[in-house]
Amino acid sequence: MLAQKTIALETQCYHCGDELPKSPYVLDNKHFCCLGCQGVYQLLSSHDLSNYYAYNDVPGQTQKNGAQHFEYLDEAGIAANLLDYSDERVSVITFYIPAIHCSSCIWLLEHLHKIKPTILQSRIDFLKKQVVVTYKNQELSLRQLVETLSSIGYEPLISLQDVVKEQKSNHSERNLITKIAVAGFCFGNVMLLSFPDYFGITNLDQDFKSFFGWMNLAFSVPVVFYSGRDYFISAWNNLKNGILNLDFPLALGITVMFIRSIVEIVGNTGAGFVDTLCGLVFFLLVGKWMQQHTYHHLSFERDYRSYFPVAVTLMEKGRERPIPLNELSVGDRILIRSNEIIPADAILLKGDAEMDFSFVTGESLPVKRVLGEVVYAGGRQLSGALELEVVKPVSQSYLTQLWNNEAFFGEKNRIRTFSDRASKYFSIVLLSIAFAAAGFWFFKGDTAKAVASFTAVLIIACPCALALSSPFTLAAVLSIFDKNKFYLKNTAVVEELARINTYVFDKTGTITNPEATGFSFEGKLSDTEKQLVNDLARNSGHPLSRELVKWLNRPALYPVKKYMEKVGRGITGTVNGNTLKLGSASFLGLESKTNAPGAVVHIIINEQYRGFFCAQQQWRSGFKDLIFKLGKDADLHLLSGDQDQDKQTLVPFFPRAQQMHFKQSPQNKLDYIVNLQASGRKVLMFGDGLNDAGALKQSDLGIAVTDNINNFSPGCDAILDGANFHKIPQFIQQAKDGVKVIHMSFAISLTYNALGLYFAVQGMLSPLIAAVLMPISTVTIILFTSIAARLYARKNNLL
Amino acid sequence: MNIIYFLIGCSILLALIFLAAFFWASRTGQNDDTYTPSVRMLFDDELPADKTDIKSDEDHT
Repeated sequence: MLAQKTIALETQCYHCGDELPKSPYVLDNKHFCCLGCQGVYQLLSSHDLSNYYAYNDVPGQTQKNGAQHFEYLDEAGIAANLLDYSDERVSVITFYIPAIHCSSCIWLLEHLHKIKPTILQSRIDFLKKQVVVTYKNQELSLRQLVETLSSIGYEPLISLQDVVKEQKSNHSERNLITKIAVAGFCFGNVMLLSFPDYFGITNLDQDFKSFFGWMNLAFSVPVVFYSGRDYFISAWNNLKNGILNLDFPLALGITVMFIRSIVEIVGNTGAGFVDTLCGLVFFLLVGKWMQQHTYHHLSFERDYRSYFPVAVTLMEKGRERPIPLNELSVGDRILIRSNEIIPADAILLKGDAEMDFSFVTGESLPVKRVLGEVVYAGGRQLSGALELEVVKPVSQSYLTQLWNNEAFFGEKNRIRTFSDRASKYFSIVLLSIAFAAAGFWFFKGDTAKAVASFTAVLIIACPCALALSSPFTLAAVLSIFDKNKFYLKNTAVVEELARINTYVFDKTGTITNPEATGFSFEGKLSDTEKQLVNDLARNSGHPLSRELVKWLNRPALYPVKKYMEKVGRGITGTVNGNTLKLGSASFLGLESKTNAPGAVVHIIINEQYRGFFCAQQQWRSGFKDLIFKLGKDADLHLLSGDQDQDKQTLVPFFPRAQQMHFKQSPQNKLDYIVNLQASGRKVLMFGDGLNDAGALKQSDLGIAVTDNINNFSPGCDAILDGANFHKIPQFIQQAKDGVKVIHMSFAISLTYNALGLYFAVQGMLSPLIAAVLMPISTVTIILFTSIAARLYARKNNLL
Repeated sequence: MNIIYFLIGCSILLALIFLAAFFWASRTGQNDDTYTPSVRMLFDDELPADKTDIKSDEDHT
């Protein structure tokens, strides 16, 4: 076991766990894949922080991606916007650090003071991936702080849309928990004080009885006016808009219970319904809390701003100066360094542009641009520095103007949920029964009984169990999805999912797997020659080379001499005595003689042209099955921003050719969804890039498919881990079953209501019956919904 | 039986103290992050510096 572990450790980097190159960097008997990883190790061990490696094997992140520039943090205006708090001595700032992933991260980031003693305190919130740092601002600048974090591999994400600040302003959950605490406190005490009466301690002193009554009444006041306040507000607002939702009978029930309790206790005629009232509000709030469950580590509302930097380097009379992005205007000359994102549409003036548009299209293979061409915002520059002239303001660029579309304003127009529709009829029926019962006794001349039966109907039929059916079922379904790495924005999405009848897919990155690229080879290459190509390509960090090595799947054999790399264009070297050249046609001095789809790598061995590798997309695993299952009872559409080279291979999947559309701009995609919706379809959109953002937002249900859940989530309703893409039919089935469970639990709670009404209309509802019936029905519903949802999940193979 | 008034008063007072403690905990953000502290408490304390070891050796001689 021990020996195995040693071997395992020697093939991977001690810091990040990546595969070691042919000649790894060695320090203290530990192997590293790159100088960056070794540097982090050196820094940590010199500051007595080697425990970092003790808590987890290979806790680090690869450092191959190169350094970022943080000069802009020296600008006072930019820094002031980022700080939470600052006085003349200390500053406090909250960073969002996507790299946080294990307990080692927590340990290291909370021991930052060992590296920089001027950092007074750092506290990490693991689930939110945030760190709050307090530091002495006289001795440490914000830029130095960020650079320190960056140097140990925890670079904060500082973007235009401040994710951190937006989360902080949300205090509603804390508020709700306080309300639940108050309701629970009162409920418990009221139960205690009500028991003597229920157990029929008849010889109980009359003094005690009225004392308990008054105590109960006192406890009910905060429950009604603090905890239950929202139900009155919501019922009133809905009533003004002519909507009868479930909050109306709830608010009515609470009011009637409260008033009747006052009358009975003050008039000393009975014990009132205070215990039922407190229990009702408590259970309702718990249900509400279940429904509000949120994922702290995910954000569903990010737009382009959360991917854009806060500042950009401006070239002014040959001088470089960082300026905030919102001060950038048309005609400015900007400098984009390697690994930076282009913030606005701009013309390329200088440099080799090799852009990674994976944020935009989901396509991870880089795209080249030549001088004078317009480069769209959102691309990440991979090779050297560029100079560009801005031609459009940030908010009006090709991509970002999409956010000016009306689809991005206001909440989605949700179709009303089942409980919304049902509660309308429920309220009407309830009121009719109450008035009928009151009328019946009134005409019989028994006014007292008329009032008693009227109030009793409203009390007993108060739809507590009904109101809990949906939240508990949907919360159970949500947590089942959660286990399968399918994250929904809120519970209403489940019901929406069950109604979908049209599926629209984006192609690149959604149905294709960005991680796995296949290659086809045109020409002739012997096995030994493939080995040579493999050994040469191993040295390059270019995505295409890395994919090629992965595809060739051979161990390294020969060392490479005279290795040369022209970033983004090609590589040359001597392997085992043979001169090899790999790269683009222009790099090798060939005429571009292929019109093959996808990226192409040409090969020249010993000055002889041998052919080319052609990159091909691979479908995500289970894609064929998925399409077959979904296609049985729904419409399938494909919207792709790419050329139509893949059309032929897709025909078997999308039998109706008119439902495949290529060369679609983001706006085209959005319009296409609008058209589908206009013909009465419920559209579900699968997308992954910024170019799908409009369509995702516009569709009835937008699902972002991504391989890194923290990576990308433009205005969508759900985030799905790419590895579970094939489970979509199961998710849909589970959502449909969830709705079925809601229907069943509605039936159960209506049975309880009918039972209670039997007593109520006769005007003989005792507080005891109400106090027993309410909790029993509630517990039944909670148990039934969670068990049924789990049983269905097992049937659907999701548990 | 009048002792009941006193007992109920005590029990409610106690419950109120707990409620207030919960409010305080909630307001100071102790319920905001329910995961990280569970990891944090498992970290070992810093090893004592080398000097203390030398001291203990001195005691032996």
